[in-house]
Amino acid sequence: MSTEARKPPLQIALKIRRLLGGKAGWNGVAVQFAFAAVLGWIAYEIISNARANLENQHIAAGFGFLRNNAGFDVNQTLISYTGSDTFFRVFVVGILNTLVVSVVGIVFATVIGFIIALCRLSPNWLLSRIGEIYVELIRNLPLLFQILFWYLAVLAALPNPRQSISLFGVAFINNRGLIVPSPVGESGLGPFLAMLALGIVASLALRFYARRALFQRGQVIRIWPYVLTFIVGLPLVTMLVFGVPFIFEFPQLKGFNFAGGSRVIPEFVALTLALSTYTAAFIAEIVRAGILSVHSGQMEAGSSLGLSRGTTLRLIVVPQAMRVIVPPLTNQYLNLTKNSSLAVAIGYPDLVSVFAGTSLSQTGQAIEIIAMTMGVYLLISLITSGVMSIYGWRISRSLGA
Amino acid sequence: MTDITASSFVRADIVAERPAPVKTTGFIGLLRTRLFNSPTNILLTILGALLLWFTIIPSVRFLIVDAVWTGTDRTACLAENAGFTVGACWPYIQAKLPQLIYGFYPEAERWRVNLALILAVVLLLPLLIPRLPAKGLNAGLFFFAFPVVAFFLLHGGGIKGFGLSWTASALELFDDSISSAGQVLLSLSKTSAIAPLLWVVGNLVVLVGTAIHWLIFPLTWLRDHIQGTGQSIWVDFAITTAFVSLIVFFLGGGVRGGGRALASSIATFIAIAIVIKLMDLDHGGLPIVATNLWGGLLVTLVVSVTGIVTSLPIGIALALGRRASIPLIRIFSIAFIEFWRGVPLITVLFFATYMLPLFLPGNFSVDGLVRALVGIALFTGAYQAENVRGGLAAIPRGQGEAAAALGLSWWKTTSLIVLPQALRHVIPNLVNSFISLFKDTSLVSIVALFDLLGSLRASFSDPKWSTPSTAFTGFAFAGIIYFLFCFGMSRYSLFVERRLNAHRRN
Repeated sequence: MSTEARKPPLQIALKIRRLLGGKAGWNGVAVQFAFAAVLGWIAYEIISNARANLENQHIAAGFGFLRNNAGFDVNQTLISYTGSDTFFRVFVVGILNTLVVSVVGIVFATVIGFIIALCRLSPNWLLSRIGEIYVELIRNLPLLFQILFWYLAVLAALPNPRQSISLFGVAFINNRGLIVPSPVGESGLGPFLAMLALGIVASLALRFYARRALFQRGQVIRIWPYVLTFIVGLPLVTMLVFGVPFIFEFPQLKGFNFAGGSRVIPEFVALTLALSTYTAAFIAEIVRAGILSVHSGQMEAGSSLGLSRGTTLRLIVVPQAMRVIVPPLTNQYLNLTKNSSLAVAIGYPDLVSVFAGTSLSQTGQAIEIIAMTMGVYLLISLITSGVMSIYGWRISRSLGA
Repeated sequence: MTDITASSFVRADIVAERPAPVKTTGFIGLLRTRLFNSPTNILLTILGALLLWFTIIPSVRFLIVDAVWTGTDRTACLAENAGFTVGACWPYIQAKLPQLIYGFYPEAERWRVNLALILAVVLLLPLLIPRLPAKGLNAGLFFFAFPVVAFFLLHGGGIKGFGLSWTASALELFDDSISSAGQVLLSLSKTSAIAPLLWVVGNLVVLVGTAIHWLIFPLTWLRDHIQGTGQSIWVDFAITTAFVSLIVFFLGGGVRGGGRALASSIATFIAIAIVIKLMDLDHGGLPIVATNLWGGLLVTLVVSVTGIVTSLPIGIALALGRRASIPLIRIFSIAFIEFWRGVPLITVLFFATYMLPLFLPGNFSVDGLVRALVGIALFTGAYQAENVRGGLAAIPRGQGEAAAALGLSWWKTTSLIVLPQALRHVIPNLVNSFISLFKDTSLVSIVALFDLLGSLRASFSDPKWSTPSTAFTGFAFAGIIYFLFCFGMSRYSLFVERRLNAHRRN
């Protein structure tokens, strides 16, 4: 005769208690009720005050104003926009301008940041000191200070268009901005782009196939000649068949200003310069820390396996460093995007400047406009942190396996 | 037996000296090993030297060699008058210095700003030197007493009542709000679809309001009574002192152990009384200087110090809330932190400037500086919460469990065991946050407050000083100030970090 294990007692009450009140039990539930009451009271005060204040100022709450005509111009637009467009279009124009300055800034910041990090890690004493001075100087000055410095001091000191500084006769810098050649599409553009896209897709597929072959059968396939054929060869052949895809229109000095080419407004130049040099200092520190975090034994182990220095770096050191580098790096990208809102100080037409600035002062719809502006940034950071948590999950999975 | 010296493999004469090894230390060694050891390195060294040559030399020329040092207006800084290419225009800084430091603070009252700055330095320096004693008292003075004193010193004005009046008035406002909320609910219940529920809740809220009204009635009655007497502040002060000291006495352990607590409470109140008397707060205090006259470095420091002092308690509360097991509080803390960390500071300042006044009662106008301070406190608080949370996570579970085994409550465990260790862990991170806060204060210039950067920008538009080098001079000056503050703080954070990790060094 065997004694059966008794069933554990019913834990439902305990579980509910835990769920509702945490470790504090029923006390926790009481605390929550009090907290909810206080929150409710604050919410009530805010809503009733806001309603009364809006009534006093004769402002109609709601998002109806988005359909009204904006009636002001924006000096840099990626989509067509005139003063008779709606406030909603201003919103979209602002978001696009924010995104374009962020993306350009991120590219430059990454490049400069990696260069500075390499300088700091360099065995050359002078270079590492220069990198250190750069990082200390840039990190200890406010970003707004740097934006204003570039905009009010450096760019304002540039000559007028007639005395523009010429960069190899192709691009010109003056106090009205940077004038660069603009590409103009020709008849061959469509096939050219299609072939380029096809080449990129084919190269990606080839890379995927080569990796599978490497991991499953241990077969090494050299893919770069094929990739080169796909990405460079295919478009070249289409160019020969269908004609030139685009030509560059060069800027010409006509009278007091330039004709032809496209103008990058000085606000954009100043903002990009400041954002990318500022963020680069932080990226440099992250990259340096990441590379230093890989134990020197890894390098030695690689060379004892007979790998060359380059191969060891590429296959052993960099992947491990990237694991440390990527999360704070994305954080810096996010910071750069948020910092691009300082554009309002110099009048670059980003989201905050045209929407939370000009539109707000014209309509007075403070609650809606600021909520929408904050919402955009919040959405960007939530998406980024979502992507990063997927990345972290993949990393921990690959480590745990 | 053979003579070993005679054997063929023993050397008879001294070997010639080998040359000394190549020197790898000192300046020559540095040159040899780190600068000129390979063709690539030689090339890099030359490139670096060229880079320095083209940045350092012009900077030094601009700041010192080519600079103009004396003058009364722009003509001194023009190339045709000076006779050479003019670098920095220092007379411009001399002329604008009061504006860059005090803004439009009245000249006769500037001693108040200086006094507040001296007080801050006197209180802050001992706090930063780890070896000095009485950190608790020092921190209390800096974080609680100094902000209040500095407010009355910088802003001026006096007080009309004390603890009792303030408590009574605040409770009265709260009670009014609850009662009016109940009335609104009752009026809604006539039209709504869920009328009975609203009616019940409304009546309940009104009932709570009435109950509070009667509960605080003794307080309000006492306040009204005191207002009638001539020396209302001092009567109020005496009552508050007696009341608070009694509570402290009983909480401190009553007759058996409360003597010490009672003494320190009374000492605190005597100190407060001395401050009130000294600053004449009971008779209107110093003349009021409205905050729209403040500017320059004063605003920068006021905003950053207030941000530092207010963000830390907010951060600690949010960090504890985020680790709490009570669901609602945890969810609220997470949402609050992630919200403020997800938006740029400039939108927070816009929020504080344009939205906050809408949320407050119509007759209640908030000063522009205070609005910005509220925004900055919330924003920085969320960042500090994440720092503090890092410290809390670093404390081993065993610490809390040991405290629980000793029978300490959650509050005692947190305040005596966990928080002190956690905060000590994260001092470097906190200081780094303060550096970024100090840098971020420059953003208040966008919402029409004239901090150092805002005053600088405003001074550029003065035609009396408009020369080609004015902007560069101004930026050089402000840059040096910002750099000194931030670099000093970052060095201090490194120093603390090294001190904390002293046991890990080998």
